[in-house]
Amino acid sequence: MTERTRIPLHRDPKVRALLIQVLALVLVVYGFYSLFQTTVDNLVARGIQTGTGFFDEVAPFQIGFSPFLDYTLGESTYIDVFFVGIQNTILVAVLGIVAATLLGFFIGVVRLSPNWLVSRGALAYIEIFRNVPLLLQIMFWNFAIFLPTLPAPKNSIEMGAFYLNARGFHTPLPVIEDATGFTIWLVLLSALIVGLIVFARRAKVRFEETGQQLPVLWISAAVMVIGGYLLYLISGSPLGFDVPVLGRFNFKGGGQLPLPLFSLWFALTLYTAAFIAENVRAGIQSVSHGQTEAAHALGLSRKDTVRMVTIPQALRVIIPPTISQYLNLTKNSSLAVAVGYEELVAVWAGITLNQTGQALVIIGMTVAVYECLSLLTSFVLNWYNKRIQLTER
Amino acid sequence: MSEVKTFVPAPDRAPPSNTLGPIAWVRENLFGSLSSTVATLLFFYLFFSYVPPFIEWALINANWTGADRSVCEANPAGACWTFINVRLEQILFGLYFASNPDELWRPTFIFILFFALLLPLLFEKTPGKKWLTIALLGVFPVVFYFVVYGGSFGIPQSNTTQWGGFLLTFALAFVGILLALPIGILLALGRRSELPVIRSICVVYIEFWRGTPLITILFMASVMLPLFFPAGVEFDKVVRAMIGITMFQSAYTAEAVRGGLAAIPKGQAEAAMALGLGYWKRTIFITLPQALKISIPSIVNTFIALFKDTSLVSIIGLLDLLNMAQTAARSVEWKGYDIEGYLFAGFIYWAFCYGMSRYSQNLERKLDTNRRN
Repeated sequence: MTERTRIPLHRDPKVRALLIQVLALVLVVYGFYSLFQTTVDNLVARGIQTGTGFFDEVAPFQIGFSPFLDYTLGESTYIDVFFVGIQNTILVAVLGIVAATLLGFFIGVVRLSPNWLVSRGALAYIEIFRNVPLLLQIMFWNFAIFLPTLPAPKNSIEMGAFYLNARGFHTPLPVIEDATGFTIWLVLLSALIVGLIVFARRAKVRFEETGQQLPVLWISAAVMVIGGYLLYLISGSPLGFDVPVLGRFNFKGGGQLPLPLFSLWFALTLYTAAFIAENVRAGIQSVSHGQTEAAHALGLSRKDTVRMVTIPQALRVIIPPTISQYLNLTKNSSLAVAVGYEELVAVWAGITLNQTGQALVIIGMTVAVYECLSLLTSFVLNWYNKRIQLTER
Repeated sequence: MSEVKTFVPAPDRAPPSNTLGPIAWVRENLFGSLSSTVATLLFFYLFFSYVPPFIEWALINANWTGADRSVCEANPAGACWTFINVRLEQILFGLYFASNPDELWRPTFIFILFFALLLPLLFEKTPGKKWLTIALLGVFPVVFYFVVYGGSFGIPQSNTTQWGGFLLTFALAFVGILLALPIGILLALGRRSELPVIRSICVVYIEFWRGTPLITILFMASVMLPLFFPAGVEFDKVVRAMIGITMFQSAYTAEAVRGGLAAIPKGQAEAAMALGLGYWKRTIFITLPQALKISIPSIVNTFIALFKDTSLVSIIGLLDLLNMAQTAARSVEWKGYDIEGYLFAGFIYWAFCYGMSRYSQNLERKLDTNRRN
């Protein structure tokens, strides 16, 4: 009897599952092993010993733009190139994220404006900018608009101490002139911030006890600006400004954003803002009308309804896809290759790879940097999603 | 005796004239409040200071005819569409087809066939949609191969490296979409599998390709792919790009399909199990058809992204639509007409992407109401 009910081995689900998995694992491991082996063989045949030895060799090319790390031709090594690349990627990503968020929120809100013209205008913006390839937009702004139309350094467009010309965007830069004064200022500022945090806590306690509200945000902002400036004067004005000055060929001094960075930043901002605007619109529309009506019924003013009912619920929907857009923007900054901005892919996976031929190591490291960023993003996303999950009773 | 009066309501009065008609509409939608009025005026100011000059430049004063740049130099106030006109074949089909007028029918025929198959599919009531889809996804690629690649039936061979312009963009996107679909479905099924090893392999694959920018993948494909194969095996640049794009796209398709699979109630699979269907029968006949139907909008969205992303191949030196337009605008004969080149290429990309996105939005709306019923 047991003979008849026993499942044949090839039909036992457990055995089959095990078999399939072992088979898959063996196939994948073998596939990787043979790929790796062929690659190393091929590299050896081309006279390239795969390894990290080239890190300490001096890089034979110049990198023109490196705002924070030092880079000198003839001294800096290949590994310095790698870090300069990461630095420039992060720089354009941060600048782009800030600008795209501001523009995107503005356009998303305008898209829902009761004014028909304005909302159609925002719609046109969104549909134009998100349906044209980003690379085309970057090249369009850089090669067709900025390069031919921006003036030479001599006739720069002047905006106060800011200058825009065909070489790039020049800004004044604060310089620490009095180190002790600067430290004193920082200490005083921190004390001010701590004071404001205490004030905000007190105001919240008071609100919960009495129901009276203080405009905490406005008070804090005013105190920060005015108090910060007074403390700056008290600590003896420790900062000076390095203003760009027109030299023989271009501006000297101050901060400089080279034109490729400016074009890339401009295009990334316009492109990503279109996507963020759509997220913002969808988020605001996702808050059901009953919520606003209920808030009105409770006697909340229009302003309080928006601030305490609509926005918190809309943000729940807006933030996750917006964080993904930030990651996309960072990945898209690799299109800088097209206009010659010196970020990771351009200087590392481009120039360094051509110079050394170390394909395996270089592409591996480039991919690893982006994978880290992507993992970091999904980590932040998961954390946020868990935090905002509705706690239902 | 009192009469019984029946209540006869007076006829409705017309609504007040100030809530009807175009004037009321303008008052409510354009000048509803102070801020709205300011916004309207600002909008008109911006609109009239940029749009009419642009239209004047692009349409009214533009140069359309002629054979060389002297026409455009004589009238610099207008756009030089003469340039696009003269170089149209090159921008659409690439250098090989543009320089062999006898072969021009090949790409032309292919695009006519493609639209003849595609357009009826977009309407809901077309009969025989199933056969059209099979023709588009199964027969069309074969016809494409024999007509555009050639090499048999007396059609001269044109290698992938000779394709260019929009034809190349189209080929890259179509191959990417076609091959990524089956791979993506398998990956999505694998990611939802109960076998931990299969699941982890699929998760790692998907997250790896999604985390890397396409341009790095294209570099990888053009530099490292030859290293991955023993000496003697060679692909040309276009095929390398196609492989890279397919790998990349399959990860995104997988995520779109996974979304669809996750939306199917568990009861469907359980009912199929109760009927005695095995894993593959259950998947192929019960869950997958439903999942694919609801994931079509997100799959179309990944198509849009891919169609735009094919422009990145111009960085590794392929002459796709973007690069061809740029190359043409930098040639000696037409130097300085970059704006026209970019605008023309941009318009083609825009028309396709906008069309696809409208289609997916409509579909989404339709599917949404279906499920609410």
